[in-house]
Amino acid sequence: MEELIAQVGEWRDAWRVRRQAIESRLPRWWSRALAGGLIVFGAAFPFFFTQGSGFLNATITALAYAVMALGLNVVVGFAGLLDLGYVAFYALGAYTAGWFSSEFFFNEHVHLIASAHVSHLIGFHFNFIIVLAIAIVITAGFGAVIGLPTLRLRGDYIAIVTLAFGEIIDRVAINGQSVHLGGGQTLTAGSIGISSIDPIYIPGLGSFDPLHLRPWYWVVFAILLLVLFVNVSLRDSRLGRAWIALREDEVAAVSMGIPLVRTKLMAYAIGAAFGGMSGAFLASFVPDVSSDQFRFSFSIFILSMIIVGGLGSIWGVMLGAMLLSYINQYLIPDVLNGIPGDLGLNFSLTDIGLGIYGFLLVLVMVLRPQGLLPERRRRLELVEGIGVGDTELETPQA
Amino acid sequence: MSVQTDVRSDARPEVTAALLQAADVYKEFGGLVAVNNVSFVVEPHSIVSIIGPNGAGKTTFFNMLTGLYKPTSGRIAFDGRDITRARPDRITGMGVARTFQNIRLFSAMSALENVMIGRHARTKAGLFGSIFHAPWVRREERVTRERARELLEYVGLQPAAFGRLAAELSYGDQRRVEIARALACEPKLLLLDEPTAGMNPQESAALTDFMRKLRNELELTILLIEHDMKVVMDVSERVTVLDHGEKIAEGPAAEVRTNPRVIEAYLGKQD
Repeated sequence: MEELIAQVGEWRDAWRVRRQAIESRLPRWWSRALAGGLIVFGAAFPFFFTQGSGFLNATITALAYAVMALGLNVVVGFAGLLDLGYVAFYALGAYTAGWFSSEFFFNEHVHLIASAHVSHLIGFHFNFIIVLAIAIVITAGFGAVIGLPTLRLRGDYIAIVTLAFGEIIDRVAINGQSVHLGGGQTLTAGSIGISSIDPIYIPGLGSFDPLHLRPWYWVVFAILLLVLFVNVSLRDSRLGRAWIALREDEVAAVSMGIPLVRTKLMAYAIGAAFGGMSGAFLASFVPDVSSDQFRFSFSIFILSMIIVGGLGSIWGVMLGAMLLSYINQYLIPDVLNGIPGDLGLNFSLTDIGLGIYGFLLVLVMVLRPQGLLPERRRRLELVEGIGVGDTELETPQA
Repeated sequence: MSVQTDVRSDARPEVTAALLQAADVYKEFGGLVAVNNVSFVVEPHSIVSIIGPNGAGKTTFFNMLTGLYKPTSGRIAFDGRDITRARPDRITGMGVARTFQNIRLFSAMSALENVMIGRHARTKAGLFGSIFHAPWVRREERVTRERARELLEYVGLQPAAFGRLAAELSYGDQRRVEIARALACEPKLLLLDEPTAGMNPQESAALTDFMRKLRNELELTILLIEHDMKVVMDVSERVTVLDHGEKIAEGPAAEVRTNPRVIEAYLGKQD
């Protein structure tokens, strides 16, 4: 066994040397060319599939999840604040779409750049871009609010507070049907759900058809590109450096002039805003919002993506998000679901979906704790044993 | 130099020429008195040492000066402004920078990035600036990077080590990077917490020279906690001695050395 481990270690070292050699030979424009190529491929991707393809459907959901994973990555990966209640921002974004682009508020009749098809409908009917903007504002605000009580906390304690926040939002979603706003209007529709949310409407081009998936794909792809851009920019910026410094050593960071409160709250707010954008998109795509969608397990699902991919590594998180989404949305329900039945077993694969997930997570943690495409710093911390030292009794009182 | 022994007892520090002024600073942790009514003045452009046996409250005092702890009572003024309850990052912004007793570099960041962090209080790019990299933000980043390089050269780090992660640097280089990071804050007052800890006599001597160079070239005021008496006597114009949280002596180095209370605190009472 030890020999095997040593052998694997040797292979790994050899591969690392070879990879460095390859990387040093690549021209400087290589990474830009690669990014450009990926964008072109991503934009052309839907043409390889039919408008109603199940795979395209799974891809759209996967991209929306990737947006959330990238948002959570800002909080957990960059700033090092373990957030177990991320589902709350998905919920808030989705409810924003539910409230402002459906017939849910039946006492109102407000239309803003909405399709002519819905002009006779009651309720708020705002254009998707406006809904997106409202979702960003609401979730960023709530992100900062949830950030406040955690500012004095560290590690596990932050996780507990955020977990509770996720649960609170979930409970509010469930019980919102009993919260009366007057005139028979309730806050949410509980598990019945707010249904028939308006499809995305672009003036001049018309409304999206729920059965024609390509436009939906392009919208979520555009959101993903935006979020990727923000992630990459922030990583290599003054703010990104400040997050890493806070993650590494809070006492030293504040002593070097980094304002603790503002810097941490920004991480929470940005991470939350991404979750809100994705939530608003998914609500329009699905197109309904019910309280069943916002369970604690969803927070773990998103967190798993960034851990499997590599905490803090943007491309790792993308990979992890796509991989886990495809397994969850496509591989298990569509491709492999019948296998146990074919083998004469009396269950389908979706029944043990969570078990498969757990197994994969354990596998990754054992074989590659730093994630599939780890960030350079994390690799050092996890593999080469360079720890993050702040075990002193000092705590900053900021 | 005249012997100055007056200890200010008025609770409110007056605005004087002193760069740093602490008046009756008192700190207790749940009943345990760590610093007991210490008053203390640092003149601009001087090098001042705080010495004392282990547990005398030196580092606690430092932590109050930099805002990491708030004093239970008493006042601290820097550069004519009250900083008693100010946040650590604000105090850094006003011009106080420090190093730590057991080096606290950001271990998974490169030497260069560590020093760039020191520039945080002197740079502006906020959320949108960081996202959109406007021309002025790019310029700021470039200046930050250049300045960090200059400082690393100034403290004598080999250029080959600039990109190396802090955790991979030798102990001496880590000390250098930590000083460069503090200098990047553009301080008026530099606080060094046991800078020669773990150094051999040659390295200590080199650091002593370097402290003088810093004071003269960068017009800094330096306050240090130090255990190495040779360094203390060599470099500091004034020495303050703490024992059990109380100031037991203060004055020029040569005088403090012969003070019986100081000898007692270090060596114990002779019966």
